[in-house]
Amino acid sequence: MTIDLVHYLTVSAILFTIGVLGIFLNRRNIIIILMSLELILLSTNINFVAFSSYLHNVQGQIMAMFVLTVAAAEAAVGLAILVTFFRNRGDIAVDDASMMKG
Amino acid sequence: MTVIAIAFYLLALVTLASGLMVITAKNPVHSVLYLILAFFSSAGLFILLGAEFLAMLLVVVYVGAVAVLFLFVVMMLDVDFVKLRQGFANYLPIGLVVGLVLMGELVAISIAVATKGAAAGNQPLVATAAEPNIKLIGHALYSTYIYLFEAAGFVLLVAMVGAIVLTLRTRPNVKRQDIFSQVTRRRKDAVEIVPVKTGEGISE
Repeated sequence: MTIDLVHYLTVSAILFTIGVLGIFLNRRNIIIILMSLELILLSTNINFVAFSSYLHNVQGQIMAMFVLTVAAAEAAVGLAILVTFFRNRGDIAVDDASMMKG
Repeated sequence: MTVIAIAFYLLALVTLASGLMVITAKNPVHSVLYLILAFFSSAGLFILLGAEFLAMLLVVVYVGAVAVLFLFVVMMLDVDFVKLRQGFANYLPIGLVVGLVLMGELVAISIAVATKGAAAGNQPLVATAAEPNIKLIGHALYSTYIYLFEAAGFVLLVAMVGAIVLTLRTRPNVKRQDIFSQVTRRRKDAVEIVPVKTGEGISE
């Protein structure tokens, strides 16, 4: 009953799928879409760390740190855009957000 | 070994279940709380993998900052979330089909890589007292990856400036302190001595 690399990769794959499914299901709610993106980035982080641990190489953990940095920056800018959008429209339904066309 | 297996299955189960709750919860506040739980239990998975520093970083950055940011925004925006859930059932069949196909492919690739790849048969890295995890990360981060480290700092700086620029607004009809005009104000601009006759007052 040993835990191998494949166990971690499977958890990561399922988490990635949950994130993609979240984007599909909550097409109108951009807050949930941002949270789904966080889940997807978390699954890539699990992949990086699992490979780093099983290959006995610390580079994967460094890359996971950079992914974490980009995810934090993305969350901050995404939520700022969301607040601005809400201020202009009074709503956050993104399926009819076509103000910027043309 | 059995203890590690039990811990792994528990943490993996909690991570996946809370991930599923993030995307299906009716209330977005509950979604954020489940997101915190997912990050917390995956920090536990990181500890099982021997990445203690990254686990603590995940807890500090996500549970401490990003999740609270989400919570702020969810509670600040006055939005009818029931209306936003319309179409949830419409996209469910196609979403499940695409998700199952994607998951099958990813799991197949995972099994192939884990059994035939470079890491096949390896045991996870165990931190020793001589070479703790934080020391390894520090050596790599501040020598080989120093430029990438500084670039990450710039990414955070740009994101911070961007978030401030996006949300800053100058509202009209709001009185603000203008130090320059206060300091350069002179006596003759402000007061005037008028001789007033008794019993008549002044007009204007």
